[in-house]
Amino acid sequence: MSASASLTHELIQAAYFIAALLFIIGLKRMSSPKGARGGIVWAGIGMLIAGLITFLSPGMRNDILIIVAIFVGGVAAWWSGKRVPMTAMPQMVALYNGMGGGAAAAIACQELVHGRPFAPAPVVLAVAGAIIGAVSFSGSLIAFAKLQGLISRSLRYGAQQAVNSLVLLATLALGGWIVARHGAAPLSVVAAFFALALLEGILITLPIGGADMPVVISLYNACTGLAVAFEGFVLGNAAMIIAGMVVGAAGTLLTQLMARAMNRSLANVLFSNFGETAAAAGEVTGSLKPIEAPDAAVMMAYASKVIVVPGYGMAVAQAQHKIWELCQLLMDRGVTVRFAIHPVAGRMPGHMNVLLAEAGVPYDLISDLDEINAEFETADVALIIGANDVVNPAARADKSSPIYGMPILNADKAKNVIVIKRGKGAGFSGIENALFYLDNTRMLYGDAQKAGAELIQAVKALE
Amino acid sequence: MTGIIALYIFMLAAFTGYEVISRVPVILHTPLMSGSNFVHGIVLVGAMVALGNAHTPLEKTIGFIGVLLAAGNVVGGYVSTERMLEMFKTSQDKRKGGQA
Repeated sequence: MSASASLTHELIQAAYFIAALLFIIGLKRMSSPKGARGGIVWAGIGMLIAGLITFLSPGMRNDILIIVAIFVGGVAAWWSGKRVPMTAMPQMVALYNGMGGGAAAAIACQELVHGRPFAPAPVVLAVAGAIIGAVSFSGSLIAFAKLQGLISRSLRYGAQQAVNSLVLLATLALGGWIVARHGAAPLSVVAAFFALALLEGILITLPIGGADMPVVISLYNACTGLAVAFEGFVLGNAAMIIAGMVVGAAGTLLTQLMARAMNRSLANVLFSNFGETAAAAGEVTGSLKPIEAPDAAVMMAYASKVIVVPGYGMAVAQAQHKIWELCQLLMDRGVTVRFAIHPVAGRMPGHMNVLLAEAGVPYDLISDLDEINAEFETADVALIIGANDVVNPAARADKSSPIYGMPILNADKAKNVIVIKRGKGAGFSGIENALFYLDNTRMLYGDAQKAGAELIQAVKALE
Repeated sequence: MTGIIALYIFMLAAFTGYEVISRVPVILHTPLMSGSNFVHGIVLVGAMVALGNAHTPLEKTIGFIGVLLAAGNVVGGYVSTERMLEMFKTSQDKRKGGQA
């Protein structure tokens, strides 16, 4: 290696090192709301440095092609990322994540198509990364399509698990063959291998219901990280190994946290058909007692403490701005207002916080389940908007209920409960909600946005 | 890079990821998932090297798709994370903003 080539090599390695450092600092900063915004900027700078320095890599050709690909992919993602409403953020995360998985698979694919012989360790990791990346790619696309409403029903049939296992086995067999040939397998085998891996991603994801999708997206996020780390090893790129592995571990932890919050094991999410068999359980006695907006407004205006429990229904109705306006009116009257967020409110853990933040709710008014649950007993009113299963006391009491054991917000402990709800239907899980039938519960029927506006009018009229 | 060094990197990076995330409050889980999604966009670097070393039209096509997808991961991940995090403000921040 000549002196200048050696210097370039050192420069590239140093840049990758700085990038990896900035990624970890960035992720660390994102762990507190105060520094979070700075965190993504730090990570962004790291990415820019790593991307630019890569053009100096020895033997780089096709510069124009690279720039065109970055430009086209980047502009499309920029355009969509800026336009997407906050409610649709989960499926966009799935989409961008899938692209990363696809890129990792493409790297492996190109290495294998190249046909040059590999050492044993790199070929194993190249093939493993290819499978994981390809499954993450096609699986994330299905997750996107489902949350976006492009696929409305979950495909389920009798021998589904058997078929999925068979496809997986076939994929592994072809992968094993490629490994045995040290990566120098015929093109047709490589093509079949990737086709099967992509098919497996589709088959695994199709039967999973919309309610479980956040867990799946998080899992695929971790998978992409792992695939990137494996391909990083194949390419001898430490930045890819570190960043990919950090995301792989973090994503796995995040997936576990989500699954636990939903009272589901990961195996349960992936291999069971929740939501179709569960609907039968849950007999509830009592009656639903309706209330009109003016009465509900009086109840809250003269309360000393109101806890708002928002659910995805509120976000769908785009009612968060109206509800925040209502809360500000109440706070002006001296009412203490808090927001209680269940870990799985919205479509991903933390999604509801994003939606409330978008409406302008300061995050110090927002509490999670552990912080707020003891406070319901001191609250005069619990206002439930578009939330259902996460406040169902059956999860605490009724052993026969499919959601038994799931941590819930103890809204039933409040002195009064007001539920804003579109109609009399059951929740996402199809279970009747015992909370709605309690003596201290009143139902305010209507679209959350309209109900919010009526409540605002009624509170204003009290001045 | 020797296999054993890589193994050390794998192990230490995994613990780092686990530790960094384990103290994150629930309210930041969605932006964080999006943020970590951005970080694995580093795959762009690998995709660039792959396309940079492509010779045949088939290799170039696969490499091109790889860079295209990776660039989408990077830019989409950044834009969506930044949009979400930008919105997190305390009551105090708001008051300050109001006076300014």
